[in-house]
Amino acid sequence: MSGRENILAKIKAIPRESRLLPEIPAFEFPMDHKVAFMLSIQANKGEVITESELKDFIAINRFEKILNLAKGMESLSTQPLPSDAHELNELEVAIIQGQFGVAENGAIWLTDENLGLRALPFITEHLVIVLEEKSLVSNMHEAYQRIGDQPSGFGLFIAGPSKTADIEQSLVIGAHGAKSLRVVLR
Amino acid sequence: MIQNKNIALFIPCYVDQFYPNVAIATLELLEKLGCQVSYPIGQTCCGQPMANTGYERDTVGTTKHFVEIFGDYDYIVAPSGSCVLHIKDHAPAIAGMEKEQESLHNKIFELTEFLTDVLKVENLKGSFPHKVGYHASCHGQRGLRLGSSSERNEPFFSKAKQLLDQIEGLEWVELTRTDECCGFGGTFAVTEEALSVQMGKDRLQDHLTHGVEILTGGDMSCIMHLEGIAKRNQQTLKFMHIAEILNQAIS
Amino acid sequence: MSHPAKASEFLQDAAKAKWHDETLWFVRDKRDTISKTIPEWEELRELASQIKDNVLANLYEYLVQFEEKATANGIQVHWAKDAEEHNQIVLSILQKHQCKAIVKSKSILTEECHLNPFLENSGVEVVDTDLGERIVQFLNQPPSHIVLPAIHLKKRDISELFHEKLHTEKGNEDPAYLTHAARLHLREKFLGAKVAITGVNFGVAETGEFVVCTNEGNADMGVHLADVHIACMGIEKIIPRRKDLGVFLRLLARSATGQPITNYNSHFRSPAQGKEIHIVLVDNGRTDQLAREKFKNSLKCIRCGACMNTCPIYRRSGGYSYGSVVPGPIGSILSPGLDLKKHSSLPFASTLCGSCTDVCPVKINIHEQLYEWRQEITKAQGTNAKSISMKIANGIFAVPFAYKITGAMMRGALKILPDSITYSGLNTWGKQRDLPETPKETFKDWYKKNRS
Repeated sequence: MSGRENILAKIKAIPRESRLLPEIPAFEFPMDHKVAFMLSIQANKGEVITESELKDFIAINRFEKILNLAKGMESLSTQPLPSDAHELNELEVAIIQGQFGVAENGAIWLTDENLGLRALPFITEHLVIVLEEKSLVSNMHEAYQRIGDQPSGFGLFIAGPSKTADIEQSLVIGAHGAKSLRVVLR
Repeated sequence: MIQNKNIALFIPCYVDQFYPNVAIATLELLEKLGCQVSYPIGQTCCGQPMANTGYERDTVGTTKHFVEIFGDYDYIVAPSGSCVLHIKDHAPAIAGMEKEQESLHNKIFELTEFLTDVLKVENLKGSFPHKVGYHASCHGQRGLRLGSSSERNEPFFSKAKQLLDQIEGLEWVELTRTDECCGFGGTFAVTEEALSVQMGKDRLQDHLTHGVEILTGGDMSCIMHLEGIAKRNQQTLKFMHIAEILNQAIS
Repeated sequence: MSHPAKASEFLQDAAKAKWHDETLWFVRDKRDTISKTIPEWEELRELASQIKDNVLANLYEYLVQFEEKATANGIQVHWAKDAEEHNQIVLSILQKHQCKAIVKSKSILTEECHLNPFLENSGVEVVDTDLGERIVQFLNQPPSHIVLPAIHLKKRDISELFHEKLHTEKGNEDPAYLTHAARLHLREKFLGAKVAITGVNFGVAETGEFVVCTNEGNADMGVHLADVHIACMGIEKIIPRRKDLGVFLRLLARSATGQPITNYNSHFRSPAQGKEIHIVLVDNGRTDQLAREKFKNSLKCIRCGACMNTCPIYRRSGGYSYGSVVPGPIGSILSPGLDLKKHSSLPFASTLCGSCTDVCPVKINIHEQLYEWRQEITKAQGTNAKSISMKIANGIFAVPFAYKITGAMMRGALKILPDSITYSGLNTWGKQRDLPETPKETFKDWYKKNRS
């Protein structure tokens, strides 16, 4: 008997009772979406900035390897999307368009359509996500309502920079992925 | 009217043996509050130590005996959350006694919940000018829900505090870890001796750090363990069951 | 060694044990604080519990649906009835791609299957990429906590280890410095790996997608740079609908570490162009557990680790004291189902305080199951057992009040046990505790004199 048949047969042999799948109610969210979102991003060790602050960030650090995929920021790009993600290893800044943000936790939804290459938001040294203010939703229930049956091959909530606390519970930003997250809210 | 009710005192076996004053205080307290209380002489251990050790099936005899001894009373009150929880949750079902058992489960109460929920005591007159730290026994706290659990998102309540707050001069001391286990745990106290003692020491330290004079609680088993450690280490805390405080205060 | 022996060993280093207790308490405290900012917290727990109940009642249908959807999405689905089959499936995929080195993100399931030693014996280099897991891997240790794998180590230990393995400066204990060294080391591994393995947090039956949550981004770094992604998933990780993720993602990170969500929450639905995704659906004792009415809902676990952080025993005895892949309260109700004899002391490593049950985001009645396992263990051991049940029975009589217990059942037990066992435990009580003073009369005597 194959593993599949074995497992399914064993489950089938277990007597079962009917347990209804509950409906998930809409929970109210008391805070202003923008205020809550900004607080969430800060708590996750990210930053919410303006477009001009983004330009300053790039200028001050003299970044040269910048890849932009966000609408209206094309001029900041210094390189095109390669075909192999390994070539992004030296990338300093990736700028991506986010689809929507979640006020309760700062999570931002991205899919293949925004990423170009799935490795992009992870391999880059600094990550910038551009987000429209009107796209903010209250909580994760509303977020999944918004996603609906979107058929993208890969979808992702990013809520902050790569972080770890595996050494004595001391928080360190920049474990493997992006060392910073900046959100341009416009 | 509570005056017309027959109330049975259920005294845990170890309280009977080692802490008669706690049982006396419970009896006197209930009498002062106008209750007709009797102590069924034939009562024995409820079977909890065996059940918690994995021999629930061997407690059929004690459970049957318990139902026979206590079944006819209107209320059964015990100065122990742990033993009451055992009767409600872990006493095995006895064939042919299902009805009696169910009714028993609805009329057995831990002392503080009996005072707050059945007698609805709201205006105790008495004084006890001391700083008191309350040790919430886990079986009372999370088993019988005698207080809000720190793990859950629920409004604060504590049946013990509700009573102690009525006593003049009594200062309820807030602890850092409001409802952490003391490490008694029945046979755990011996089978996991090192852990049990460490947990007890940590609990005591919390009370000492916050300037507690008298450590109280609803279960003498926890207090026996904590007092045993405190005495061994010459710590100056005093220990009283909540029945002793209330009875002493309102006399 | 049994749990009590390992626990007392752990407590020998008093300062470290205190640090361990306080650090994990701090994590629980963060969890308390954030959970209390969500007015619907208790309702979410109830929803999560009900969704998981529904999953366990309809596991057959959901697994079949998940397989069908995932396959349609271009994912290759494999089934493994046990650890051995799981490991063979993984190895055969690696062999097909002639892969000799892989990166792996956190997966308790692969720990359970002992995948690492299996692959290493087959000549495959396995690099665990979660920082905590890499640290314990260097030390040839298993994780001591399912969310915080290296919580039993101090930064000095890690500094020395990294000095040896990664040539960091001797004596530099700065966590940022050490983490950066690991970043550079692991970046090389990510760039070189052709196959990446991950665990799975949730598999969605409705869509055939699966979700992996990390804070470090290590799972994604691995899989997006590799050609092949193998996701190892216990069959109980299925949830019915995409929108159920809303409930679980709100609970998971808050319960685990007190943060509102993990920083990376990746939804894999189909492979990127030219790449492969494999899912291995693993039973390995789960269907046996599902058949145990009293214990089946332990399968609702979403591996947040909150029960470990809250457990007064775990905090003061460390993960290794349990000797099981999943330590702590949840481990103590899962492990006896896998090997009753080996793990027979675990359900007794608890005071039944119930904190684990109240903290659990899917409302598993953990402490009640610990109680039930105790009943099963004593049954399995019978009356002639010499091992744990004997020690426990020893304990009963050792607690000073208990040996005076009257009633037929105690007299029965006393007949079985020799005096040396019955009374020796008194010494154990008295080692670090005074006995209560014996009063001049019992309450019963007092009552007879004064009231009747």
